[in-house]
Amino acid sequence: MIEVQGLTKRYGEKVAVSELSFTVRPGIVTGFLGPNGSGKSTTMRMIVGLDQPSEGSVLINGQRYRDFRAPLCEVGALLEARSVHTGRSAYNHLLALAQTHGIPRRRVGDVIELVGLGGVARKRAGGFSLGMGQRLGIAAALLGDPGTLILDEPVNGLDPEGIRWIRTLLQDLAAQGRTVLVSSHLMSEMALTAEHLVVIGQGRLIADMSVADFVAGASENVVHVRSPRAPELRDLLLAADVTIRADGADVLEVSGLPSSRIGEIAAAAGIALSELTPRQASLEEAFMALTHDAVEYHGGSASALPHQPGDGSAPAAGGARLETHGAGARS
Amino acid sequence: MTTLTDVGPARGELTAQAGYGVTQRRVLLSEWTKLRSLRSTLFSLLAAIVFVVALGILISWAQASHWDQESPIDRLTFDPTNTSLSGVFLAQLAIGVLGVLMFSGEYGTGMIRATITAVPHRLPVLWAKSIVFGVVTLVLMTVSSFVAFVGGQAMLSSKHIDTTLGHPGVLTAVFGGGLYLTVVALLGVALGALVRSTAGGIATLFGVLLILPLIVNFLPSSWSNNIDPYLPSSAGQDIFTVVRDSSSLGPWTGFLLFCGYAAVLLAAAAVVLRRRDA
Ligand SMILES: Nc1ncnc2c1ncn2[C@@H]1O[C@H](COP(=O)(O)OP(=O)(O)OP(=O)(O)O)[C@@H](O)[C@H]1O
Ligand SMILES: [Mg+2]
Repeated sequence: MIEVQGLTKRYGEKVAVSELSFTVRPGIVTGFLGPNGSGKSTTMRMIVGLDQPSEGSVLINGQRYRDFRAPLCEVGALLEARSVHTGRSAYNHLLALAQTHGIPRRRVGDVIELVGLGGVARKRAGGFSLGMGQRLGIAAALLGDPGTLILDEPVNGLDPEGIRWIRTLLQDLAAQGRTVLVSSHLMSEMALTAEHLVVIGQGRLIADMSVADFVAGASENVVHVRSPRAPELRDLLLAADVTIRADGADVLEVSGLPSSRIGEIAAAAGIALSELTPRQASLEEAFMALTHDAVEYHGGSASALPHQPGDGSAPAAGGARLETHGAGARS
Repeated sequence: MTTLTDVGPARGELTAQAGYGVTQRRVLLSEWTKLRSLRSTLFSLLAAIVFVVALGILISWAQASHWDQESPIDRLTFDPTNTSLSGVFLAQLAIGVLGVLMFSGEYGTGMIRATITAVPHRLPVLWAKSIVFGVVTLVLMTVSSFVAFVGGQAMLSSKHIDTTLGHPGVLTAVFGGGLYLTVVALLGVALGALVRSTAGGIATLFGVLLILPLIVNFLPSSWSNNIDPYLPSSAGQDIFTVVRDSSSLGPWTGFLLFCGYAAVLLAAAAVVLRRRDA
């Protein structure tokens, strides 16, 4: 169990993580999502004590990381940037880490075999491919047989076979009762791997929900509408529980209304429609809509989308039980 | 590809059964593994040994063969011990760079993140690196100094200008070669942790040890005579000098001051290592 409480990290002026609170439960894989620069890696570095939080704290099984007598046996971490000396062999790298804890050499050999690096264990890590480097990082994370695993974009650089291997590995680890937090920007990958999602944007929590809820929300219909008088139509369609994204001057993406109803409203107002297409939002689109919302709210940019105040959530995920902090702050 | 069923005991059991955990002794062993598993370390140490031994003998030979042309004043201040230890000046480059690399190499490659997640208290890493590299330097460089001394005196004996370990101050000076280089090693380790970059660490170390004395020499002599003995380089080098000028602090006072500089830097490194984000 990882408890993140009011975590804030400032680098000078830049606020990388802001009042972030969430809990990662054992026994399931929790996906940690957010667009580039949203603070995922920063949060993970704070969990393992590499970066000192400006405010807030992280407890792992009720303890601070620094207070563990055998941290590698409690938490295994694969960080975003490579954490290996390029001049050292994979075997010696893992051996040096194991020795800090008195973990026997046998275990080093075991994790090397587990990640499939048996053939290159005596080669310099500097010559490893991206995928081999990731496998070495995962070997290091598993070295102490920890009950909690934190992996920052583990599928980065892996081939499809490797991606499937990671997915199975993470699920097996969770099934053994371990706590698994894994970051990604690929919603589609997380939908296959994770059971729970923590989504952040601009360092703030956007959503903390089950994957099932997210998928249910995402598959809600969106209607693609094209009309020369799109702005007028938008004003007519706006109502509670309706979300509309403008996509170009004459295109609207409407969710919360069936296409038949949109047609009726347009006809009543005498607005001609050149296109009216119901379609399913992909997970990726739903994710982007969700995080774009945070960017919009915090960035206050000129491209702000038409957005019904108080509708409480991002367009495609409207049906899900979302905790949208942006909305909470507004109302 | 695999399931985890064959990976070992269920989670938590591994820790509980075996008493795994971070101790200073274990971190020492880990740092020893790190040191010996890099080819660059082995090359640099080999270079340091060759510098001390070969250069010491070479310069002693050159001194002997030019002895007849030396001026009377040069003959009066000739220091056979220090001459046979001339290689220490070159070896300090290899040892200093290696010392800086103990940390800067880890910051440069990202290894430091793995190191610090394994040892979140951090300071045991600083002590372990200092002790491991310090002891390795002390052993190798003390032996090298003795070899250089014996070889160098053999060269000088052709003109009967050699000395023996029995003469006052000579034994101290020969041990001093290893001691001086050990403290240079520690200065390097501390600077690597403070500065984090290899280039910056090396520049700082040799700026202080090599360039600073040159700059001080450009000052008016009444100033430079007062400042020079207290420079880290002058203070440190007192211990392997037998024939010294009047302003010198003396072997042990100078060396203690040199150790003091290293201690201050190590303390600063400890504070920075604990405070700063990795
Ligand atoms: N050491 C640092 N100094 C200054 N700014 C930093 C530092 N580390 C991170 N940041 C900033 O904090 C923000 C969050 O970065 P972070 O790497 O945590 O994002 P991320 O979610 O992991 O992104 P990505 O998906 O690209 O990996 C970014 O704007 C980044 O520029
Ligand atoms: Mg990242």
